[in-house]
Amino acid sequence: MTAPRRAPLRATSGRRAVVQRILAMIFKEIRQMTRDRGTVGMMLAMPLIQLMIFGFAINNDPRALPMAVEVNDVSPFARSVVAALRNTSYYRVVQVVDTPGEGERLLSQGEVQFVVTVPVDFGRDLVRGARPQLLVTADATDPAATGNALGAVEQAVAGALSHDLIGPLALRAQGAGPVEVVLHRSFNPEGITSHNTVPGLLAVVLSMTMVMLTALSVTREVEQGTMENLLATPLRPFEVMVGKIVPYLFIGVVQMVVILIAARVIFEVPFMGSIGLTLVATLLFMVTSLALGFTLSTLAQSQLQAMQMSFFYMMPSILLSGFAFPFRGMPLWAQWLAEVLPTTHFIRLVRGIMLKGWTFADAAPQLGVLAAMLLVLGTVAVRRYQDTVA
Amino acid sequence: MSGPAEAGEAPVIAVRGLTKRFGGRTVVDAVDLAVGRGRICGFLGPNGSGKTTTLRMICGLLIPDGGTGSVLGFDMLRERAAIKERVGYMTQKFGLFADLTIAENLEFFARVHGLDRRRERVAEALERLGLATRGQQLAGSLSGGWKQRLALAACVLHSPEILLLDEPTAGVDPQARREFWDQIHALAAQGMTVLVSTHYMDEAERCHEIAYIAYGRMLARGTIDEVIRDSHLHALQGEGRLADGRGADRLAAEIEGRPGVAMAAPFGTAIHVCGPDRAALRAAVAPWAEAIAWREVEPSLEDVFIHLMRGAQDNSVVVAP
Repeated sequence: MTAPRRAPLRATSGRRAVVQRILAMIFKEIRQMTRDRGTVGMMLAMPLIQLMIFGFAINNDPRALPMAVEVNDVSPFARSVVAALRNTSYYRVVQVVDTPGEGERLLSQGEVQFVVTVPVDFGRDLVRGARPQLLVTADATDPAATGNALGAVEQAVAGALSHDLIGPLALRAQGAGPVEVVLHRSFNPEGITSHNTVPGLLAVVLSMTMVMLTALSVTREVEQGTMENLLATPLRPFEVMVGKIVPYLFIGVVQMVVILIAARVIFEVPFMGSIGLTLVATLLFMVTSLALGFTLSTLAQSQLQAMQMSFFYMMPSILLSGFAFPFRGMPLWAQWLAEVLPTTHFIRLVRGIMLKGWTFADAAPQLGVLAAMLLVLGTVAVRRYQDTVA
Repeated sequence: MSGPAEAGEAPVIAVRGLTKRFGGRTVVDAVDLAVGRGRICGFLGPNGSGKTTTLRMICGLLIPDGGTGSVLGFDMLRERAAIKERVGYMTQKFGLFADLTIAENLEFFARVHGLDRRRERVAEALERLGLATRGQQLAGSLSGGWKQRLALAACVLHSPEILLLDEPTAGVDPQARREFWDQIHALAAQGMTVLVSTHYMDEAERCHEIAYIAYGRMLARGTIDEVIRDSHLHALQGEGRLADGRGADRLAAEIEGRPGVAMAAPFGTAIHVCGPDRAALRAAVAPWAEAIAWREVEPSLEDVFIHLMRGAQDNSVVVAP
């Protein structure tokens, strides 16, 4: 006797069964997705935040660039020049100084993008018709930031002086122009973009590897279940952290050497400052980035989340730090936002040391910011990384 | 079976009122536990009953929300570092590094514990494991049984005084399980105290004493005989065939609904019935007294546990967000 054949369980067959099975997969995926709230939040918030920040912040024709005017002349004409420069939309005159050399210093420190120097006897020479020189020094490390703005100087100055040069002096306003505007591109006279990009790349490459690798390496231990075993041993949180960080430091040093050699040999980027200082700054930046990666890993619940967080950090590090777009071209709020990113400060350091020949004293403020960040991140990381599970 | 424990010696694990809450849920609720040196204590209970949480609190991986306790004389709350040095903990999930070789895994733990003669110790451990020739194989490529043996070797490398094993033999074949338990007994004979959680009744019977925990509460403790005696259960085994040709085993569902029956379970073609009152149990099976031969048997550990579990409140279900 054969067992009776059971009635078929399947309600659908053929093509409808295919749809049914695909639907089963789709529902499963969606349910799993909604269960992971961090990811959903990030997926929805990330494009919005990025649109808002990058859409408004990025500007390839920067205006309101900070400028210093070094006035070495007391004539009313000098005051007119200053007033005219204040009125252009390209510049924001942040300082008017009267100590010779002070403008140079501000430029090197990156506090201003341009310095206009009104020479001694500017007014006298103008009246005499001797076409005094007006020196415009631009920080050309980022050629994109200086291009359009330079043309505006000449126009503004000529316009301003035409108001002053009246009566018998009206003659001076004609002809070749009352003053000779001399442009000087500092630090990157030929305006070679790679001189600016390559040092910046060091910062971007390092933060990408350092932050992402550590963030992933810690969450991987948690995901694979090895963390519980680690925590059950006498290993202390601080020890785990140092042990995790040191190998990546080696990777970072190798990356640094490769990039610096390439900068030298392939891109012929000038190296004005000291190698030692570069090394100090790079190590500090690497450790800070590693601590940041570690902190992210204590917040992420999975490798996927750690990855998303790293991207969330990398985007502004590339776009806002001054790497891809002129820092000064961004609105002030975006500049302040960028100040929070270690990459911003490191980019200033490498460019400063390599292109401007910064000494330790020049570099100290940025180094100090990085050190403070390291202190904060390190403390947070160690505090958040508990030697207990759950 | 008795370990080398001296009578009157203070227990190496002594906890009182151990409590742990996750969110609003009390996962471990006022658990008391005392285990003497060299004893093997089996930790039993349904899934989600708090066994893993209790083990984690004992080895310092979790900080209890309530209760006090000492492990090897160290305070559970304040001296977790000292405890971690002297305890070996084998996690439920394989917790070694799958992308390191067997030898590299052992070497890592030897370093972490600051052991001397590292190379020799690792070689010895490999020898004991029977993996001397496979030391260079990746740990992740081992089969389940070997992984479990390697994990045990890694957590006893530093000769801990206490060994905590969280369901060490889940998914391991009977042969490997037997060898594993022989090893546990050998370690206990050397004075190592073992606390092992398991779901297997045969493993529970290999322990010196057992502790039964359900939904966070300790429901029974003692040797197996003590636990069975204290349950006050009576059991009957019925064998035979009904008039319609069905075996006694088919009666399980019917009998279980009757008053006086705590549970009824088929055993092959026989049926096993138990309840707290002997007379009531007899009365319950009376309708089938002619067709089926009932004889009194010793209640099994399983009877006791299922009976205890049914009497406890399940708080383990978590609603998905």
